[in-house]
Amino acid sequence: MSNIDELKTASTDATAPTASSTATPLDTVGATMSPRSRTIRRMTSSSPFYMSIVLLVLIAVFSIVAPGAFPSIANARNIITDASTLMVMAVGMTFVMVAAGFDLSIGSVLVFGGVCGSMAMTWMGTDNIGTVLVGLLVSMLGGLAWGLFNGFVITRLRVPALIATLGSLGAALGVAQIFTNGNDVRDVPLTLIHISTASFLGLSYLFWVALVVVIIGALVLRTTKFGRHTYIVGSNEEAARRAGINVRRQLMMLYAISGTLAGLAGMMSLTRFATTTIGGHSQDALTVITGVVLGGTSLYGGIGTILGTVIGIFIPAVLQNGFVVMNIQPFWQQVAIGLILIGAVFIDQLKRRARDRA
Amino acid sequence: MTHLLEARGLVKNYGHVEVLRGTDFVVDAGQVVALIGDNGAGKSTLVKILSGVIQPDGGEILLNGNPVVFKSPIHARKFGIETVYQDLALAPDLGPAENAYIGRELLRPGFLGKLGVLDKARMLREAAETFTSLGTDVKDLDAPVAALSGGQRQSVAICRAVMWAKGLVFMDEPTAALGVRQTRRVLDLIRRVADSGIAVVLISHNMPEVMEVADSIQVLRLGKTAAHFTAEDADLDKLVGAMTGSIEVIA
Repeated sequence: MSNIDELKTASTDATAPTASSTATPLDTVGATMSPRSRTIRRMTSSSPFYMSIVLLVLIAVFSIVAPGAFPSIANARNIITDASTLMVMAVGMTFVMVAAGFDLSIGSVLVFGGVCGSMAMTWMGTDNIGTVLVGLLVSMLGGLAWGLFNGFVITRLRVPALIATLGSLGAALGVAQIFTNGNDVRDVPLTLIHISTASFLGLSYLFWVALVVVIIGALVLRTTKFGRHTYIVGSNEEAARRAGINVRRQLMMLYAISGTLAGLAGMMSLTRFATTTIGGHSQDALTVITGVVLGGTSLYGGIGTILGTVIGIFIPAVLQNGFVVMNIQPFWQQVAIGLILIGAVFIDQLKRRARDRA
Repeated sequence: MTHLLEARGLVKNYGHVEVLRGTDFVVDAGQVVALIGDNGAGKSTLVKILSGVIQPDGGEILLNGNPVVFKSPIHARKFGIETVYQDLALAPDLGPAENAYIGRELLRPGFLGKLGVLDKARMLREAAETFTSLGTDVKDLDAPVAALSGGQRQSVAICRAVMWAKGLVFMDEPTAALGVRQTRRVLDLIRRVADSGIAVVLISHNMPEVMEVADSIQVLRLGKTAAHFTAEDADLDKLVGAMTGSIEVIA
């Protein structure tokens, strides 16, 4: 009756599975199929793989159609810098969407963060790297505040994420406009303008900031318990709750991350354009969600990678740039991105249905 | 003799409805105890109380002869009591191994562990050991659970519970949604779990299945223990009789 003894001594720590003590030496489970071929199969059937092909095709097409303008180092740099701001927000969006959440507010939170940052820097009146750092901090705190607000409304007031963040999409922009009387702030410190023109290894600092965010985001989502819990909450919230995962806290933190990164993107946008571009970000959420979904993150949660998002974000970015280079009316970009989003979600549906039928 | 888990005179009311009216229940290590009864007999309520989901209004629960109060399922788990829910509570997008560790992820030793980095290799290895030792046919421990058959999913949920159970696993209708062959497999698995020394409490509607796999059968009727059979002296007529009240047999 050893199990009775075990039950007696069973304490609060449940780290070691006991059933493994009865296990026979194992080599059959791994041996029934080649793990390598499985990995290859899985990789080639993944969204990031398909999407990188789509991306290469897009690049090839634009290069052929506009050989003089599109395939140049200067233009590549342009695309990368353009994509950097979106990329930072897309990392946050990936986290939120893997947990089956949604954040429509990021474009407005970006503006709000930028406005807060620029006002803080103006208020300080100094013009050095310290000023910029304070601006950055304030900008991110502004984003964090909206992220926490979203998280609170969604987890405590139980308003669906779509509506909650649609609400803060309007509210955050409104507050930003109240702060500035509706005008863009244009007097940014000279230091910030220097940063926007400076580069490291030939690439803008905005790119390096985005790269750091991407790497940290990918590591956290892929290798940590926090990341794993994000997948579990998105895959089956009830299972997460029953397993003792604090779902509310997890969601709260995810929206906080999304908000903070949108705040950071606000500072990046301010750096790039030297103005708060209040009117220029209504489409950001659409573009970012399109990129994230194209990268293989499921609208229904539980699936998604940062690597996929990186590839996914470059599709609207390359498309936008390609259209500009080819002198196509800019309105077509919106048409294209909207339709691509619908197509990507349709494919997500098909894949899900095929898998669940298996 | 002390039992692994024993309930005495459990009472539970919902408003004016008496769901449990002094129910007794006993289970010993290494046994499969089937809990049967008509709809509304109080099976689910009894299991919910014994697994910590709800609190009884009266009566007591003894674990190895000592009185215990389970404040929540998480609390009951700390006493080595696991539950396989009817909906399985699996994350469909995650693999079987990942599902086995939901909420109990192992971290890497040292600094990386402090950063919250998972020990994926160890979790995969140990989950594989459990799955194999229980003879389940789940081959691909990385494939999402959604891609598995119903029986395999059930196996994953059972293996997970067994992996963490130190004494007792509750299973709520584990074969309800399965075909004949898959049911066969799951019943074999339940038997192996019990043979490994863990007690299994099985809720089921399926009489032939119950008589086949259970060591003892407790029949609930109108919130009371109506009968208690051992596997040998149970037959369909007696079970149905005890369930419906046409036979009064308090063992």
